[in-house]
Amino acid sequence: MTRLILSAAALALLAGGALAQDVVRMGTEGAYPPYNFINDAGEVDGFERELGDELCRRAQLTCTWVVNDWDSIIPNLQSGNYDTIIAGMSITEERDKVIDFTQNYIPPAPSAYMALSPDADIAGGVIAAQVSTIQAGHVAESGATLLEFATPDETIAAVRNGEADAVFADKDYLAPIVAESGGQFVFVGEDVALGGGVGMGLRESDQELRARFDAAIQSMKDDGTLNELLIKWFGEGVATF
Amino acid sequence: MSCWDTLMDYGLRSVGIGERLLPRSDFTLCQQFVLIGSGLIWNIYFGVLALFCGFFLAVALALARAARAPLWRKPAEWFVFVFRGSPLFIQFFLAYEVLTLLPRSGIDIAIGPVSFNIHTAWTTRAWAGALFVLFLNTAAYSAEIFHGALRSVPKGDIEAAEAYGMTGWTRFRRITFPTMLRLAWPAYTNEAIFLFHATTLVFFSGFPAWQQRGDALYYASYFADKTFNPFIPYPIVAFYFVLLTLLLIAGFGLVGRRLNRHLPAAGRPAFRFRPQLLR
Amino acid sequence: MFAFCDPRTVEGLAWFACYLTTGKHIAFYWSFGTVLLLLAVTAPLALAFGFAGAVAARARFLPLRLLGRTYTAMVRGVPDIVFFLFFVIALDQAIEWSLHQIRCPDWTEPIRTGLEFRVCPQAKVPPSAAPQGVHQLYGFALAVFTYALVFGAFAANVLHGAMRAVPRAQTETAEAYGMSAAQVFRRILVPQMWIYALPGLGNLWMILIKATPLLFLLGVQDIVYWARELGGMKTQAFDYPHPDWRLWYFLALLVFYLLFTKLSEIVIARITRRLSRGQATMAGEDLRRAAA
Repeated sequence: MTRLILSAAALALLAGGALAQDVVRMGTEGAYPPYNFINDAGEVDGFERELGDELCRRAQLTCTWVVNDWDSIIPNLQSGNYDTIIAGMSITEERDKVIDFTQNYIPPAPSAYMALSPDADIAGGVIAAQVSTIQAGHVAESGATLLEFATPDETIAAVRNGEADAVFADKDYLAPIVAESGGQFVFVGEDVALGGGVGMGLRESDQELRARFDAAIQSMKDDGTLNELLIKWFGEGVATF
Repeated sequence: MSCWDTLMDYGLRSVGIGERLLPRSDFTLCQQFVLIGSGLIWNIYFGVLALFCGFFLAVALALARAARAPLWRKPAEWFVFVFRGSPLFIQFFLAYEVLTLLPRSGIDIAIGPVSFNIHTAWTTRAWAGALFVLFLNTAAYSAEIFHGALRSVPKGDIEAAEAYGMTGWTRFRRITFPTMLRLAWPAYTNEAIFLFHATTLVFFSGFPAWQQRGDALYYASYFADKTFNPFIPYPIVAFYFVLLTLLLIAGFGLVGRRLNRHLPAAGRPAFRFRPQLLR
Repeated sequence: MFAFCDPRTVEGLAWFACYLTTGKHIAFYWSFGTVLLLLAVTAPLALAFGFAGAVAARARFLPLRLLGRTYTAMVRGVPDIVFFLFFVIALDQAIEWSLHQIRCPDWTEPIRTGLEFRVCPQAKVPPSAAPQGVHQLYGFALAVFTYALVFGAFAANVLHGAMRAVPRAQTETAEAYGMSAAQVFRRILVPQMWIYALPGLGNLWMILIKATPLLFLLGVQDIVYWARELGGMKTQAFDYPHPDWRLWYFLALLVFYLLFTKLSEIVIARITRRLSRGQATMAGEDLRRAAA
């Protein structure tokens, strides 16, 4: 009897293996609205959720969503805990060395400084940024004093309570916060263009999967649905394709 | 670049001396060892100062807990309960939130909106804020250890002291305190090790890293992020901490031997690391 | 949750009633269960690891003894948080690597290319097609194992000490009755050591409780994860926008932990009293006198 159960279990596992190509696990951070966040129902939501589901539909893949800490999001991809990173990740040279990116689905977007007053010192003051983002790297090189936090939330809180003079982050992330602060927050200085836009990250060995997503993104670019989606989530002023 | 140059550039990076920019590409093992070792300075700073200051508060708390008057006893009991009953991780977080909230409103009234964060800014820096939390935390744990030891001081010792006409402060200084310390020492050693391990939480929760000056774990996670490989930097931290723990055991062992030096050699407890796990 | 919950219209108390019963909050409340479950599963497992470690550290066979000693010493020297940061990924890869060797003997592609770790699909644990619940369960199991391994080392220390504390006279008497070494161990040493181990184990339980906030490092969505997530500032993109409330959420966690440790203290005190009955210790003597 035991043997029978065991072999049944083995069969189930093998069947799972055969299906594996068709189920794609999408890894995201879930803490970066409006790119991706956990909505009030406790599910992954946001621009990337809608985009990802549409891409999977077009590429004829079944997708499930996985939430992972930003810090360890790349090691866990390489370790095979999920198959893609779709988490507002900018395409950079450093990252491109260890993982592969699809073509970008958000055009290179500006990063911006946000502060409590328009005359905040962004050149030599204290600038908050999320740890291990391209923005943190930029601040470290800019000559300003870098203050690093684990989550984007904490960087905003640091500016509000005076811990930092300004926060440096994706402008699309900061825009709704500025809009809703009732004049408390303002953008300071020039926007800075960093990275090569946002793309999906995949393992270097997953060329076939990358090609399928690439094609799906291209088709969304071609028929204009991607632009519609960008405007829906980021507002009228957003850079489109 | 040779490893010696790396040591010159980054050996004191965690305290702001040397190269300003952290290595950004072509990471070598040497860089990882040097920078993580440099971060260890902070762990030692937190550990040593918190332990030193906490010692005095702990003795005071232990005495207050042993007092008969509830006015002394109750606050001490509550203090120990709150700090021993909750995770350090959460204490750090709350402390940081409170430190950023409270002083600012006070300063707003005093100075005005122009220079609003100058005078309290230092409390939210890890070197002050986190040290304060660690200090209170270790004081609570040590107080519990000392309190237990205080209750185990042999009755005969106190009676003998009284027979010699010692009272009050003299009796405490010459009899009660040394005996308490001697009894508490093995457990206190253990507390010290736990405290040093706890210092790794400082930059991991709550307190932000200032100008990329952080502790050993901060640099380890920097490298883990840049090289996308957690299997090298974290074991390096582990290696450093094993060394640190061995040093601590040796150091506390020396003090323990001194505390027991008056006892006959045979009856002297061979100082072995036998944790009582009071944390 | 409630019928009247329309985020745009509710206000005041009703707003809070609705806000506190969103799907996300329900997940938050369940995560307290996750933490309790972790404790309930980890504690016996850690005790088992500790027992094995303590027995190994007492073994006559030198390599086994060294293994037991190294296990206890090594884990104690390293902060648990450092261990958590790389051990789970390593463990996960080790499991998949072993399965790969068994299930795909004729797989030719390399497992490691650069930093990438790739095994054949049959060796993936759990299979990538498995429902999300299975993945979460697997992640939870890895976390339990990691916690048990770390705290097992502490438990081994305690149990090793407790075995040495059992009065020699008791084991000597057993030997005089002609019991073999194994019999002495099974019938005398193990039953008698618990009272000596209890203070240490009680403390260990407290340490374990206070180590649970690190669970989120292992990729489990625990109470700290949800408290951060829920407390963070919410813009209009959410149904219930609010400012940064993390302070309140973390205060709630503080209260939870304080209550939990207090409760544990009371229970441990009861067990100690129970176990002290008839023991050759001070506490046992006190109980005897009180009854007489």
